[in-house]
Amino acid sequence: MAATTETVEQVRAVTEQKYKYGFTTDIESDVAPKGLNEDIVRFISAKKEEPEWLLEWRLKAFRVWQEMEEPRHWAKLSFPPIDYQDAHYYAAPKMKDRPKSLDEVDPELLKTYEKLGIPLREQEILAGVEGAEGKSPAIAVDAVFDSVSVATTFKAKLEEMGIIFCAISEAVHKCPELVQKYLGSVVPYTDNFYATLNCAVFTDGSFVYIPKGVRCPMELSTYFRINQANTGQFERTLIIADEGSYVSYLEGCTAPQRDENQLHAAVVELVALDDAQIKYSTVQNWYPGNAEGVGGIYNFVTKRGACRGRNSKISWTQVETGSAITWKYPSCILQGDNSVGEFYSVAITNNFQQADTGTKMIHIGKNTRSTIVSKGISAGRAQQTYRGLVKILPKAEGARNHTQCDSLLIGDQCGAHTVPYIENRNRTARVEHEATTAKISEDQLFYCRQRGLSEEDAVSLIVNGFCKEVLKELPMEFAVEAQKLVGISLEGSVG
Amino acid sequence: MATTTLTKAPRGYDPAAATPFLEQLDRVKGGLPGAGLSWLDGLRDQGRARFAELGLPTVKNESWRYTNLRALDKLAFQPASVADARFDVLPTVRADGATGPRLVFVDGRFRAELSSTAGLPAGVELLNLADALARKPDLLAEHLGRIAAPDDQPLVALNTAFLADGPVLHVPRGVTVEETIELVFVSVGSEAQPTAFHPRGLIVAEADSRAVIVEHHVGLGSCTTLSNGVTEVFVGAGASVHHYKVQREHTESFHLSHTAAKVAGKGIYDNFILTIGAKLSRNEVTSVLDGEEGDTHVSGAYMVRGGQHVDTTTFIDHAKPCCTSREVYKGVIDDQARAVFQGKIIVRPNAQKTDGYQQNRALLLSDTAEIDAKPELEIYADDVKCSHGATVGELDDDQLFYLRARGIDKAAARGLLIGAFLSEALEEIAEESVRDAFQSYVADWQNAR
Repeated sequence: MAATTETVEQVRAVTEQKYKYGFTTDIESDVAPKGLNEDIVRFISAKKEEPEWLLEWRLKAFRVWQEMEEPRHWAKLSFPPIDYQDAHYYAAPKMKDRPKSLDEVDPELLKTYEKLGIPLREQEILAGVEGAEGKSPAIAVDAVFDSVSVATTFKAKLEEMGIIFCAISEAVHKCPELVQKYLGSVVPYTDNFYATLNCAVFTDGSFVYIPKGVRCPMELSTYFRINQANTGQFERTLIIADEGSYVSYLEGCTAPQRDENQLHAAVVELVALDDAQIKYSTVQNWYPGNAEGVGGIYNFVTKRGACRGRNSKISWTQVETGSAITWKYPSCILQGDNSVGEFYSVAITNNFQQADTGTKMIHIGKNTRSTIVSKGISAGRAQQTYRGLVKILPKAEGARNHTQCDSLLIGDQCGAHTVPYIENRNRTARVEHEATTAKISEDQLFYCRQRGLSEEDAVSLIVNGFCKEVLKELPMEFAVEAQKLVGISLEGSVG
Repeated sequence: MATTTLTKAPRGYDPAAATPFLEQLDRVKGGLPGAGLSWLDGLRDQGRARFAELGLPTVKNESWRYTNLRALDKLAFQPASVADARFDVLPTVRADGATGPRLVFVDGRFRAELSSTAGLPAGVELLNLADALARKPDLLAEHLGRIAAPDDQPLVALNTAFLADGPVLHVPRGVTVEETIELVFVSVGSEAQPTAFHPRGLIVAEADSRAVIVEHHVGLGSCTTLSNGVTEVFVGAGASVHHYKVQREHTESFHLSHTAAKVAGKGIYDNFILTIGAKLSRNEVTSVLDGEEGDTHVSGAYMVRGGQHVDTTTFIDHAKPCCTSREVYKGVIDDQARAVFQGKIIVRPNAQKTDGYQQNRALLLSDTAEIDAKPELEIYADDVKCSHGATVGELDDDQLFYLRARGIDKAAARGLLIGAFLSEALEEIAEESVRDAFQSYVADWQNAR
């Protein structure tokens, strides 16, 4: 039987879609009933055994959300109305407790992560097997499956240094004072439609606290996986870098291939105190829908970092290849004097994908600096928009911003748009914005083709070159993966 | 939440703000020139209906997020009566004493005794709207409201509803108008109440013709006025229209202006706007490249100080392949003044081989000045070359030092640098006499400090 099944699967994989993470995991799940109301909010809060203050906060958010209007008037996106009642707001793989060893982790889950291409060594680490931790650790992983964090690795080792890296639902119990102090302090519960919804129904996500003066010795990573059908994923990430600390954080995500659209509305909050640095990298590879534009994830994410302290730095690097719709503007609030914000982005849209993405740099403190490099590649019938805001407030003396936005169009059915907003209220500030739009030149293609590269390989090579400035900002672990993704996302876009 | 709302206003508009204007309109409507002409009544009614529906835009409207018109609401403008103002000298770009074709409008109304059509080649018509209705009704019926449609532009709708007077220029096929045509708009207003007028211009340049037009907008006295002008420009195949404008109204005036051009194949539309005056001004320029190998230049400079607010909103539409567009805007903002620049370039599907360039730069001269810029590219074709650049900053310390080291005092050095900065934009003006005149206005502004 194996041979035929395999063949069938292979054929399907090739013909259906080149999205290799499109499989589903057959696993028993705890699922909340469909719909969204106060009871669901209470249900989620109860599942997580949350303290009263958090439930109150969720309910406040939910009440505000009910009065809010979906932000549809300004983004260059079009999609049918979303029925917020027609989804499950909680889904979790059934397990007794958080697993303590490999044996306790559901084998189906292990298989899932294996198939997702997280290396086996890492997988052993994922399940927290003794011995594996001794081998050259490079990366600690928090794996979020639907609504819950199933495992977090390297916790013990990190704890020795005072670093807290765990699921946010765990942090609520473990260090409530930190969570209460910082949760919603960067993205308040009244912020915007999707973020407010997240406040009401967030299920899990990662929590990171780096103590004073500590340089986190390894990359911290969260891997998000949506599995359950008809669920939304609403994770919440909170990273606090105390004075003089440093952390590099990676985020990855995939979802099964389904014909209906699924909603992902995450909130990420970063706080950097004096002299602290946070480097946040994302490779977003949610299921983008098929070549006809059916299915795919709606990725409506609010990401914001606050450089609260002097000389602090927050750097966002994103590679956006997935999702049917991306609505995402990772931002920096540069409050501390001399603080630095960076945004490096590669966004690739193909087929019927739509992306409206960019950043906001809000300069409040003196001598604050920001850099924006955005590379957009649009192919097929995709529509992509860079939308960014650089705002200089009156007290931001000596503030500097440089923005570079480049768009590449592949094919004559797609669109690439650039909408930067510049608001300057300080004389001494200097803001520069440059944008270009072009297509791959015949000369470049010809040069590659002449040296025996196929057209697709040539395009992939040229696009990788176009994105190099951003890809080099990624940590090693992601850079290789990202380069491959660039190639895969564009498959079928030429010829 | 009220559930009994009759009609929901579109987001970003304040329909209630329409009421005072509509009440005035209904009082003067019967006396408007051409009343009774069915096509014209129809056009005005269309404008009235749309304005009644929308009212004034609010800051929630994406296109108006940086310019607030609430001040208009409070002022209760009345329609202008015929102002009896006398003028010693009217502004001109001509050398001393020279005369040439000129139309003068005071508070939006034509003043024949101040105007002249001397020096125009045969066949060229330069008229005010009321005369044009008598002499060229077909030209108006065919062109008015065709490119500046009231649909989503409430101020165009308002202008259309009040459509009464303004300049009309018709240049027949193959004719070159050598003389620069000057259009002078004087705002006088009334001591009794704030005054509003809505000049409506029409320029039709047939195939292979050429014309140079300069608009002067000046103010007399210090009464509060609102000028809400709309000009439509039709550029025929291979024709070229150079359309320059300087706005030097006093700082109690509101100046809203919408210029919409449509350029046929191989046509050239060249627009330049110098803004110096008005308490609040907005210049909206739309240029549609509607035929292959068309070319459009949309450039300008602005200088504001005190509590002035200047808004430049441009829209360049590459609707057909192989067209070029160029846009250079430079501004200087002093004191508590605020400048807004919104520049959009759209490249439609199939508009291949488009070459679009846009640059906008602003200098902030004080700690309380503000600039909000939104350059925008919207591109649906792949074989295009489009770029935009925007910079905002203060005078370069190194440059200042260089001049000071050569014994030039600080004020003079700053003046030199500001002048040089603006010159880069003024160089976009191809007509030398116009450029020189505009340069002198820039110098006047600098000396007025």
